[in-house]
Amino acid sequence: MQLYDMPDERGHFGPYGGIFVAETLVEALEELRVMYEKYRHDPEFLAEFANDLKHFVGRPSPIYHAKRWSDKVGGAQIYLKREDLNHTGAHKVNNTVGQALLAKRMGKPRVIAETGAGQHGVATATIAARLGLECVVYMGSEDVKRQAPNVYRMKLLGATVVPVESGSKTLKDALNEAMRDWVTNIENTFYIIGTVAGPHPYPMMVRDFQAVIGVEAKIQMDEIVGRQPDAVIACVGGGSNAMGIFYPYINEEGVKLVGVEAAGHGLETGKHAAPLTANSAVGVLHGNRTYLMQDEDGQIIETHSISAGLDYPGVGPEHAWLKDIKRAEYVAITDDEAMAAFHSLCRTEGIIPALESSHALAYAEKLAKTMSPDQIILVNLSGRGDKDMNTVAQLSGITL
Amino acid sequence: MSRIQTTFATLKQSGKKALIPFITAGDPHPDQTVAMLHGLVKAGANLIELGVPFSDPMADGPVIQRASERALVHKVGLRKVLALVKEFREQDNKTPIVLMGYANPIEAMGVEKFADAAKEAGIDGVLTVDYPPEESTEFNAMLKARDIDPVFLLSPTTDSARVDVIVNQASGFIYYVSLKGVTGSKNLDVVEVADRVAAIRSQTNLPIGVGFGVRDAETAKAVAGIADAVVVGSRMVQEVEKSTATSVVTNLMALTAELRAAIDA
Repeated sequence: MQLYDMPDERGHFGPYGGIFVAETLVEALEELRVMYEKYRHDPEFLAEFANDLKHFVGRPSPIYHAKRWSDKVGGAQIYLKREDLNHTGAHKVNNTVGQALLAKRMGKPRVIAETGAGQHGVATATIAARLGLECVVYMGSEDVKRQAPNVYRMKLLGATVVPVESGSKTLKDALNEAMRDWVTNIENTFYIIGTVAGPHPYPMMVRDFQAVIGVEAKIQMDEIVGRQPDAVIACVGGGSNAMGIFYPYINEEGVKLVGVEAAGHGLETGKHAAPLTANSAVGVLHGNRTYLMQDEDGQIIETHSISAGLDYPGVGPEHAWLKDIKRAEYVAITDDEAMAAFHSLCRTEGIIPALESSHALAYAEKLAKTMSPDQIILVNLSGRGDKDMNTVAQLSGITL
Repeated sequence: MSRIQTTFATLKQSGKKALIPFITAGDPHPDQTVAMLHGLVKAGANLIELGVPFSDPMADGPVIQRASERALVHKVGLRKVLALVKEFREQDNKTPIVLMGYANPIEAMGVEKFADAAKEAGIDGVLTVDYPPEESTEFNAMLKARDIDPVFLLSPTTDSARVDVIVNQASGFIYYVSLKGVTGSKNLDVVEVADRVAAIRSQTNLPIGVGFGVRDAETAKAVAGIADAVVVGSRMVQEVEKSTATSVVTNLMALTAELRAAIDA
C-alpha cells in the first residue's frame, strides 16, 4: 500500500476539503498556512507543545483495559484511551494548546473560538488565560441556555461569551459568527477552530495537534498487550478526536477504523447528525467541501443529537475521504443506544463518559459481541460526562 | 457583447457611473421581488445584484442575513430565484442581473445544470462568494461558454499577484470590497479606496464597482468619483426591512432615486 499523504497543497483530501471562503478571508488563511508550515516541523515549537501537553494537560493519557465491561458485553477485550482525564476533561485541549501557541508565535494578542456544548470554548478560554491572550467565544444562544455551567466556566477563565441569535442559534451559527469576527479583525486575531473542518489549513492542523492521541496509543498498546488493536473506534461530529486517533493508524492496514456518528432519533426519521452514514449530498460549507446535511435547495438543515458535540450538519473533509477510499468505516448510534452504553460504563467501570464518547462505546459493544475474547478494540474515550449531568438527569425525569 | 459589457460601455460614452443596488430575492416576499426589480430600474439602477437566500451566509453581516432568513421562510431557493428573474425578463430585456450567493445551492442543483438554467432565465453574471478562482476554474469556464460573466470580489487584503489571478478569470466587472469585514460593517474610507482602485486599474481593463459600506448619498457620490460603479447592499436591504408590504417598492425607488441623483451630480 502506498503511504498515506494527505492533504495536497491547497488542502484537498481527494475531492473534499479545499479553501472555499470569501476573498476577504483569503489573506488571513494564507498567513496562517505559511506560519503553520514554518512551525509544524520546528523542533523548538514542537518541544514547547509537548511540554505543555505533559505539564499543563497531563499527557500522556492512560490506556485502560475495561475488563469488567468487556466481560459483561461478551466478546472482544475493550480498551479505553482516557482523553477524559485531560485537563478540562476532553481531547479538545490538545488542539487549543497547539493553536494558541501558534497564535502567540504569530504575535496575535486576541483569540476567538466557536463552541457548541462549550467544551472547545472552555479549552480555548483555559489556554488563553494561561498565555494571557484576550479570548472571545461565540456560542449559539440556544446552547448558551442549555450549557449554562460551561458558559460560567468560560467567564471564570476571563473569556467573553457572545450569544449568537442568528439562524438556528447553534454551533454552525456560532461558527459563521466567529468567521465574521475574524474577517473584521484579522490583524490582531487568531481564530481557533475546534474541529477538523473549516478551510485549509484547519483540517490538517487540528488533525496534527490531535494526532498525539494515536501516537501515544500505538506506543501504549505495544507496551500493554504487545500488539495493536484489531479495531479503533471513535465518535464523529466534526471528527477531531477520531482523526486524532485514526491518523497514526492509517498506514496500519490490519487495524480497522470505525467512526461513529449520531443517529439521533434514528436515521430513518431524518432527525440525526450523521451525514456520512446517511450518505448525504456533498456540498460546500464553512470553507470546505464535504458530506453535508441539506435540503434539495442546498440549504443546511437542522440536525439532532442528544450530544451537543456531535450536533453538526457536516463532517471533517478527511473523514469524507477515508469513507470514500474505504479506509475507515462510518456507522451511526441513536440517542437511546448511546444512553444505554453511558449507564453501562458508569455502573461497570466507575467511569462517567461524555455523551459524545458514549456513541463510540455503544458501537464498541455491538462490534465486540461479534469478535472473540482474544481480539482487541480500542475506544477513544474522548471526554468525561460531568458536563452532561443536567441532560442525563432530565432524561430520567430528575431536576438537579 | 454581454448585457453587462453593453451597460458599462453605454454609461462610459455618456460619462456616467453605474448604480448597482442589491436586494435579496424573496425578501420580504417572493411575490414582490419582480415589482421591486422593475422599481429599482425605473428609479435609476443600471444593473442589479440579486441575492440568493442561503441558510449560512458567512460573509454577510446581520442585515443581509436577516433578509436571507425572511426569504427562507417562504422557501425561496435557487430554482425560485431563477424563475423570478425569468419573469422579470418578460418586461426588461436590457438591465443586467447578477446573482450573488454561496456555492452550496449551486452545487446542490449541479453546476452545469445551474449554468444552463441561469442562461435560460436571463442571468448575466454570477458572483459566488465562497468560490475563489482556484476552486472554480471549470465553473467559470462553464459560465463564460454561456455568455454569463463570473464576477469576483477583491478585498483590501488581496495582494497584486492575486489580483492578477482573479482578473484573469473574471469578466463583466470587478467588485472591490471597500473594507475589511462583512457586508454593511461601517463606513468606507474614500481616500484609501481611491488608492486601491487606482492600483487595480493598472492590472485590468474591467470596470470596477465598489461596495460594502456605501450608506448614503454622500458616500455614493464620493465612490462614483473613483469607481465605475457604486454597489449599495445593506442600505437597500435596511429599506426593505423597515418598509411595509405596500410601501416597499416606493421606498426602494425613493432611495435609489436619491442615490442616482447624488452619483450624477
